[in-house]
Amino acid sequence: MKNLLSINDLSHDEAISILDTAAELQKLTAGTVKKLPTLRGRTVANLFFEDSTRTRLSFEAAAKRLSADVINFSAKGSSVSKGESLKDTAQTLEAMGVDLFVLRHPASGAATSLAESGWVHAHIINAGDGTHEHPTQALLDSFTIRKHHGIGRNDFSGVKVAIVGDIAHSRVARSNVLLLKKLGADVTVIAPPTLIPHGIESWGVQHSYDFDEDLASFDVVMMLRVQLERMNDAYFPNGREYARGYGLDESRLHRLKKSAIVMHPGPMNRGLEISSASADSAQSVILEQVANGVIVRMAVLYRSLGGPDIASAGGL
Amino acid sequence: MSLILDGTEISRALKRIAHEIVEHHHGLNSVVLMGIPTRGKYLAERLAAMLASIEAPVEHGTLDITMHRDDIRLRPPRALVPTLLPVGGIEGKSVILVDDVLFSGRTIRAALDALGELGRPASVQLAVLVDRGHRELPIRADYVGKNIPTSLKESVKVSLIEIDGIDSVEIAPVSP
Repeated sequence: MKNLLSINDLSHDEAISILDTAAELQKLTAGTVKKLPTLRGRTVANLFFEDSTRTRLSFEAAAKRLSADVINFSAKGSSVSKGESLKDTAQTLEAMGVDLFVLRHPASGAATSLAESGWVHAHIINAGDGTHEHPTQALLDSFTIRKHHGIGRNDFSGVKVAIVGDIAHSRVARSNVLLLKKLGADVTVIAPPTLIPHGIESWGVQHSYDFDEDLASFDVVMMLRVQLERMNDAYFPNGREYARGYGLDESRLHRLKKSAIVMHPGPMNRGLEISSASADSAQSVILEQVANGVIVRMAVLYRSLGGPDIASAGGL
Repeated sequence: MSLILDGTEISRALKRIAHEIVEHHHGLNSVVLMGIPTRGKYLAERLAAMLASIEAPVEHGTLDITMHRDDIRLRPPRALVPTLLPVGGIEGKSVILVDDVLFSGRTIRAALDALGELGRPASVQLAVLVDRGHRELPIRADYVGKNIPTSLKESVKVSLIEIDGIDSVEIAPVSP
């Protein structure tokens, strides 16, 4: 099995090789080639136990551009509401001939559990598990940063990245910190004290409670979505106060370096963590991230499925 | 390991291929060379330089076939290499694919597919440094540096100065 459950599954060289493959795929698909025959006859199942638009559509587009077949499963309106478990759902789909699962699940560690359980033989890609990890998002973010601040570079040293928002509950932040550190970037996480996780010292990154302090020094500002359900949990007083302290509004946008890029994994709460002016500014690469997402996921699918069949490898 | 071609013989073979190309194409109108990485790329560059010195400059590029291979399921995934189209593209051109060794023919089949995605050449020909036989598909080369009858238990190793530091073609038993 060639899974992608966590950024920790990847060595530095493997991560770079995924980014390089994606760069070639981007050049290839930018021209007349819209679809490659590479994964013809393979079946990818999007197994989504949690709502998602862009991740699921992005994986679907990536798989289809490589000529794989795609089965979409979402927990809503399925037998999960009748009490069917992850195990039975996955095994049922595998019996239909699935070669790879893209799994999104609200429980942290769900992808790893599925991979280690031995319930299925298909490859597994983690598309977000609880507050744990979202490795393909980190890969597409690094791909985007590399295009703007380090074309062809295998190490990001000297690139200053700020990750701003709900660090404690964000799988995007966690995967990005792991990958950016692996690539050698200089990472600072910024949030109100309540949203900085305990033991942040062990992450090996700098942290700050003040967004304005080093604002002009960052090359990349990555804004995280404020999960509205957290507002009721009293992590911060209210949306307006959060926006004043940690939102990327117009005044902060103007104080950024001219070469700095503004990123957001989406979906955005305009006016909360990011103002409309910032989201739509020339420095924003948010839509580029979406486009890069498809390309990077093609590279990840190719990494898992470009290789021997499960059956011939002694599986099913 | 036995030496089949040394540096001088390789450049002699390429020179002959270059002359055959000029002869066949009555000059080099609309000829485009597409090298298949890794080593075909350098052979295409050398052929282009030779054609420029004996007749006229030609455009050349590289064609990555990784995503079109039919043995994707049999081998671990390979890294992609750049596909570089010549400035004039390949539409309506006489494309000559250039590779180091012609063996099963599967690489060339993949190359034809990859080429088809990029445009519609007027014609496609194939130039190889070595034809070692054992075709599995109905594919043949138009220009051959040297025909080397081999057994399936042997492997043909082409080395080029650009990446291997030496020009040579050798035959060795397949390592078990």
